[in-house]
Amino acid sequence: MAHLMRRAGFGANREELERRVAQGYEATVEELVDPPESLLPADEDLLFRYMPSLETGGPVTDPGAANWLYHMINTQRPLEEKMAFFWHHVFATGNSKVDNDNHLTAQVKMFREHGMGNYGELLLRIAKNPAMIYWLDNNENHKRSPNENWGRELLELFSLGVGNYTEKDVFECARAFTGWTLGPKIPRVPNHRFFFQFEFRPEEHDFGEKTFLGRTGAFNGEDIIQIILEQPACSRFIARHLYNFFVADEAQVPAWDIEPPRDPAAIDLMAKTLVDNNYELRPVLRLILNSDFFKQAMFQKVKSPIEVVVGTLRLTGDLQGITRALVPAAKESDYMGQSLHNPPSVEGWHTGPDWINSGAVVSRVNFVADHVSDVDLPGVSNIVRRVAASNGKEMSPAALVDECVDLIGPLQVSEQTRAELISHAEGDGALSWAGDDAYAASSQRVGEMLALIAATPEYQFG
Amino acid sequence: MTTASKAPVVVVIQLTGGNDFMNTVVPYNNGHYHDARSGGLRVEEDAVLKIDGEFGLHPTLAPIKEIYDQGDMAIIQGVGYPNSPRSHFRSMDIWHTCEPNKVGTEGWAGRAVRDLDPSAENPVTGVHIGQGLPRALVVSGVPVASVADLSTYGLLTSIEQEQKRDRMLKRFVNMYGRAIGTGPVNDYLGRTGLDALKGADILKDGRAKYSSGIEYGTDQISKNLRDIASIHTADLGTRLFYTSHLGFDTHANQQPTFDRLWTDLSRGIADFWDDLRAHQADENVVMFLFSEFGRRVRDNGSGSDHGAGGGCIAIGPRVRGGMHGQFPNMAPEALESGDLVPNQDFRGVYSTLLEDWLELDPVPIVDGTFEKPAFIQTGAVA
Repeated sequence: MAHLMRRAGFGANREELERRVAQGYEATVEELVDPPESLLPADEDLLFRYMPSLETGGPVTDPGAANWLYHMINTQRPLEEKMAFFWHHVFATGNSKVDNDNHLTAQVKMFREHGMGNYGELLLRIAKNPAMIYWLDNNENHKRSPNENWGRELLELFSLGVGNYTEKDVFECARAFTGWTLGPKIPRVPNHRFFFQFEFRPEEHDFGEKTFLGRTGAFNGEDIIQIILEQPACSRFIARHLYNFFVADEAQVPAWDIEPPRDPAAIDLMAKTLVDNNYELRPVLRLILNSDFFKQAMFQKVKSPIEVVVGTLRLTGDLQGITRALVPAAKESDYMGQSLHNPPSVEGWHTGPDWINSGAVVSRVNFVADHVSDVDLPGVSNIVRRVAASNGKEMSPAALVDECVDLIGPLQVSEQTRAELISHAEGDGALSWAGDDAYAASSQRVGEMLALIAATPEYQFG
Repeated sequence: MTTASKAPVVVVIQLTGGNDFMNTVVPYNNGHYHDARSGGLRVEEDAVLKIDGEFGLHPTLAPIKEIYDQGDMAIIQGVGYPNSPRSHFRSMDIWHTCEPNKVGTEGWAGRAVRDLDPSAENPVTGVHIGQGLPRALVVSGVPVASVADLSTYGLLTSIEQEQKRDRMLKRFVNMYGRAIGTGPVNDYLGRTGLDALKGADILKDGRAKYSSGIEYGTDQISKNLRDIASIHTADLGTRLFYTSHLGFDTHANQQPTFDRLWTDLSRGIADFWDDLRAHQADENVVMFLFSEFGRRVRDNGSGSDHGAGGGCIAIGPRVRGGMHGQFPNMAPEALESGDLVPNQDFRGVYSTLLEDWLELDPVPIVDGTFEKPAFIQTGAVA
């Protein structure tokens, strides 16, 4: 269950895990995939009432990352939020160029609302999304001078992958999207940006005949997306993205036409499920989360910085609700190499071992250790209470280690790692929970042990 | 000509956001400059610190004007690359990866660190001072220490009791050491973890050794330069330092921001070199300043928009001082979309640093052969 919640959400504390275990695994999957209306996303109205700067900028430059962090921490619909994050990975759009953070926030909101719906519809929405149009220059895609940027990335990174189309297809695809542009740009005034709107301009559109992936006709963008969806490569490509995100680390996207998938049978099954369900996403998510290949893939992924940050905040109960501390906290994942609203390129982030470098290790370990060793945080004091309650008044170092490894995850650690943790705990002897002073001292030792566990190689995987 | 007796060192300062190079090294005598900067950004002739009949430095550069006058500062004009995208991120990315035509994943400075220390023996061969790690320094398997604040740098810093923390770090070493040999990802993670800790320890020892009579400013870039000076003077084997000075994206209200950024930076640079001289540690250092692009030639009334060609600055006793390269033609008809047309590929500038100073083969690092401006003295390296 902890594995499910790490992958299909941002982790869960022990109270939540116990509740979900009582509810049952499949029922939990169902709740995640198709959450009832009684489970709410984070309250935006409240956020904008108490921190309007997170909507409109103002004193906070580029508030979108803090806005999203608030959603990730507070949502009762974690998979919905995780899928928004997934699409941000796939349809990677960066404020570095868009230079209008509110547009990114609007794009993410669209992912939140439609990210578990139909992939074909989502492609159409992203094709008409102002941030995407600007990011990939489709506003520069004119009948007389087609710009191929969007057309190329649509095929290469958003739907088919290299090797499944020709250069001619790219050109024809770009032609079909000519005239899909932005509403007139209203001049900027100080401290405010106007929203762009999608606009179709017939005079800019090339209504001529196109030959695309072997079909010929006077195609427009919608026709192109329909033809893309009919390609077997499309369902396999999305399946592989989902596998890399939810199941286990794959090679980086540009290598997919060279490197075979890690688990070809799983990709086949996922692709078939997508096609059989007309690219509805809920059935394939259900399939993945209930599958053996998913359940067996525990700790097969290096946690992304966002998973580290949000997982830690949810575990420790820090930054619940609306607080100014969201703004600096939203920078923490940057220091580990992942900046929300600013993927390094349209290719998205490189995942897996690419998250790890010596600077990132220091940032990851310190961020988690700072939090889990703070016994005043509600989530940590809950862990302390559980450890204290588990063993009566006296506790051996080995029992301390096992309790902490269990309550921070449960995490699986190697025998050597466990031995190291126990050796450390033995250095301070047995613990006593009898009396306030002993309780306080033992609490500190729980915090320290959690910090040391956060520093283990094993903890870097999720 | 004397040669540096110690291994050559590069200190890179990245001016993030697009420094207005035209207002840094001002073509004060150029009529086109006069016309284009009529919206309030023009630096007038009587204010510039003249270096010749054509160019002068912005008044806030007074402390480094002295360095220029001593012959220790090179100005490289017209630096850029074809088809500048004018996006910060993409431009910075191109400067970082030397890949103007596709998205690269490896950084030039990381490759240089790899070639300086091929067996990755010293985890502080490359040191970044700042948060995170710029892509310039990212190459898989090449350890680079990234230090936000040297005085608090380390692992598990939330554990206050030092003795306890030391005990925990011993366990850390054992755990990461044992992860090696249990699969490729764990090998890499294990080595990276050990490098991170070793780097932190080395830097901590270095910091303990450092003392200086120079009072640096309290601004961020001065602190960063002080951290670099303390690591460099401690002789830890660091060959490449990298830090950033943030905030040059001055679309509006440029003047006060620009003035503050350059006042801090000039003073920091002057203090840094005084410090190195006092430690007799200046001879083997070249400092290199760049920005992802210059600003649009014509100002917009209170600021300036993203431009193309810019310039670089190199400072050090082994630098060939003076002006290098050709300042691009500023005549309106010679501009491309309102921008200067660069005539010196930035990869050639890196190549000079790499080949003539660090004695590395620049071709695989910058991916090609480019014309090198001669801003390093011949025979500077033995």
